[in-house]
Amino acid sequence: MKPKERVVVIGNGMGGARFVEELLACNGDARYDIVMFGDEPYGNYNRILLSNVLAGTHEPKDIFMNPLRWYAENNIRLHAGVRVESIARESKTVSGAGGIEEAYDHLVFATGSRPFIPPTQGIASDTGVFKEGVFVFRTLDDSLEIMKFAKTAKRAVVIGGGLLGLEAARGLLNLGLEVHVVELAPHPMAVQLDAGAGAILTRTLEEIGIHVHAGISVSMALGDGHVEGVVLSDGNVEPCDMLVISAGIRSNTQLAARADLAVERGIVVGDDLASVTDPAIYAIGECAQHRGKTYGLVAPTWEQAAILAARLGGSNPTATYEGSSTSTKLKVMGVDLLAIGEKEAASESDEVLTFSNPTAGVYKKVVVRDGKLVGAILLGDSLGSPRLLEAFHRAGELPEERADLLFPAAAETPGIAKVEDVPDSFQICNCNGVSKGAILEAVKSGHNSLGAVCDTTKAGTGCGSCKTQVQALLEAASDAPLTEDPSVHYYVPAIALGKPDLIQAIRKGNLRSVSAVLDALAGGGGDAKSKIGLASLLKIVWGTGYDDERDARFINDRVHANIQNDGMFSVVPRILGGVVTPSQLRTIADVAEKYAVPMVKITGGQRIDLLGVSKAQLPDVWRDLGMRSGHAYTKAVRTVKTCVGEEFCRFGLGNSTKLGIEIERKFQGMETPHKVKMAASACPRNCAESTTKDLGVVAIEGGRWEIYVGGAAGSSVRKGDLLCVVDNHEDVLKYTGRFLQYYRENAKYLERTYGFVERIGIEALRRILINDDEAIAERLDRDIDAAAAAYTDPWAEGADPVHPLQFSEELVSIEAGVAL
Amino acid sequence: MKITAPTPGNLVLNLGPAARIPPGEGRSVRFGDLSIAVFRVRNGDVFVTDARCPHKSGPLADGTIGNRTIVCPLHACGFDLETGAGVGHGCGRVKSFPVEINNDGDILVGVD
Repeated sequence: MKPKERVVVIGNGMGGARFVEELLACNGDARYDIVMFGDEPYGNYNRILLSNVLAGTHEPKDIFMNPLRWYAENNIRLHAGVRVESIARESKTVSGAGGIEEAYDHLVFATGSRPFIPPTQGIASDTGVFKEGVFVFRTLDDSLEIMKFAKTAKRAVVIGGGLLGLEAARGLLNLGLEVHVVELAPHPMAVQLDAGAGAILTRTLEEIGIHVHAGISVSMALGDGHVEGVVLSDGNVEPCDMLVISAGIRSNTQLAARADLAVERGIVVGDDLASVTDPAIYAIGECAQHRGKTYGLVAPTWEQAAILAARLGGSNPTATYEGSSTSTKLKVMGVDLLAIGEKEAASESDEVLTFSNPTAGVYKKVVVRDGKLVGAILLGDSLGSPRLLEAFHRAGELPEERADLLFPAAAETPGIAKVEDVPDSFQICNCNGVSKGAILEAVKSGHNSLGAVCDTTKAGTGCGSCKTQVQALLEAASDAPLTEDPSVHYYVPAIALGKPDLIQAIRKGNLRSVSAVLDALAGGGGDAKSKIGLASLLKIVWGTGYDDERDARFINDRVHANIQNDGMFSVVPRILGGVVTPSQLRTIADVAEKYAVPMVKITGGQRIDLLGVSKAQLPDVWRDLGMRSGHAYTKAVRTVKTCVGEEFCRFGLGNSTKLGIEIERKFQGMETPHKVKMAASACPRNCAESTTKDLGVVAIEGGRWEIYVGGAAGSSVRKGDLLCVVDNHEDVLKYTGRFLQYYRENAKYLERTYGFVERIGIEALRRILINDDEAIAERLDRDIDAAAAAYTDPWAEGADPVHPLQFSEELVSIEAGVAL
Repeated sequence: MKITAPTPGNLVLNLGPAARIPPGEGRSVRFGDLSIAVFRVRNGDVFVTDARCPHKSGPLADGTIGNRTIVCPLHACGFDLETGAGVGHGCGRVKSFPVEINNDGDILVGVD
């Protein structure tokens, strides 16, 4: 057996530990011996949650991510409390305090950063200890001491007008101090704000009582033993009894520099996260500099950790890091500020919209590049911020009228109150009855991402339409700077990959079953919340070559019927186009009576639903019906609703029933990321409601058909977009199939067409599906035809079950106990 | 969890061969007034819990299971198969039962 390679990680903070966790998750311990060095004599803890310890919502023990035992259990050699002193790159060894030496094949720097203390005369005594009243504020655990001291102080000077500096200033102001902020840049939050926004922010801060001294620095601290004032670089003296330093961070790069690695503000790495000097050495987190940027937020650190683990662990050896998009939110009493992405245009082709109203303290700006939002500032008015964040993080389509980005109020939600303004008792999630107050409570107790809030409150886990409101509440109520929850981009929760990367990994690994995917990409083990989404994807990726493990299906798809609230099932036979024969009706009536079906219901999709059938009865009911499955239970093409059409209707312009039956026959039961409801209407009166279906066609004068996609009339209501107008039934079938296949391949799991069409954009869809700009139309047509040809009626399993207990509710009925 | 010995007042039920349950699925078992759900995880582990969820009496045997979790088919509440604790929600917990596979491959479960 080949000896294992060695991965040595310097740094056991949030970056280093996260990297190792990710490496273990892709079975990295089978390939590598893992060694870690950490300065601190214990396991690592979650720095972000420190504020929750102060707030009393977390016990200190709860924030330790991995206890020392975890390292032993995972065969990680941890040198706790051992500082690395030098690296010999020729011999590939690191040396630590106390003569410890470790050889490496791959060396990962995760050394983090330290607070920057601007060189200032007189802040420390001769012995190097800060004068009384001088504090460094970087993490919220510093705040406890600061607040304690502030209770007896009168005037404070804060060095640094960045996010943390302003939050410190706000805290001190709230405690009744006179507060002066000194910022070297021309205005506060200079990293995030342009000059226009900076000027208005300065004014707003002054109005709430914070004195801003911008464009200057503190040259000297006065006082003997304790601080009594500062001398500013313009010569003015500000008396104070407290000096708080919050001037940003500096990467810990000394060790890397001593090893002659390229170091600028951080350790310089490429898109592979390897040092540009030495391909065996990597850097992640706050010590790394990528494309000229260093990050001081946790989300980019975790993103880098995941990518490096995927590269080294082998789950995706070609993964690259492309930089992170970050957003910042300042919540100082009386100030409402959101800053995302880039603050200025980078070239003349960028679109920039600015709105400035200094009197009202409002400044808004968006930067758009190639039709995508790359930056935005909203100051003094948060309306529309969820939408901007969404557009930014998901690179979604922007409104044609760009000004709608700045002034969404009129267009967006007439008559609906802002979620921030409604009372706590207001019900946000109408599916699960979750109030605004319950959501705020969850945010306060430390749930800081959309996923976490939804999991704990169940808000948004029904139809999902309230998620934007939950997100808005989260943004308004959370005290931490906004970081994106990376898992929103995962296709399934157990695997840190988006859909395209996941498909690539599945193809590459020739992973043909759900358990094979979970074993290879999720570190083994089943994940209940990932199985069903993976099953849907694998079926689309492999078609008939998919190894169909039935336990990865939702119960509905195991027994081909829709589970009801009492555990019974409903049966909907296929009635193509909603056109039924008298003899079918007779049979349905006979079956309903024979099995004493509690309710027979005409559905919204023009079908007949037999409700209240037990699982064990299903095969008999199907046999007696002698009809095919209507697929009313699965994520697939459901129904094609039709109007009467030209055969009987005096207004009819096309044969909507014939076309509807053709469409439904061809695509019946076709698996899709979410259910697909269709309709065919014979004239623009649109009696089959084609324009609010996932796909709907409408006949127009001249024998032609309009094809609409992305309509909805459920929890969301949306009029479909006109994809194209065609001349005959064949072309309707062709473009319907092409759209369906593109949706199958590119939508996220459980993304309805209305979200998908909005995300891709109808213009882009027309270019791809009609103009065939990407030259994939022929392949899409071929693949959907193959998938349609492979259709078999699942109800045939009633007579030929895949497992003896497929339709059995009970394993066994027990008469008596048997002692051991 | 191991069944060491039947304690007085307790019963040990033999549910027959574990292999009868489709891998990765669950089935229910009725014994007088007692309804339980038995799950066979793909890695070979077998777990037994209450048959119904505490939220809306969802039939857990029809749920989706992972190595340690059962997700209810009605509203997707998760429960830890071994301890019965709710996972990520406040819908309460289910009771879990001690279970063991004997030398014949039969499932033995201890009930009150």
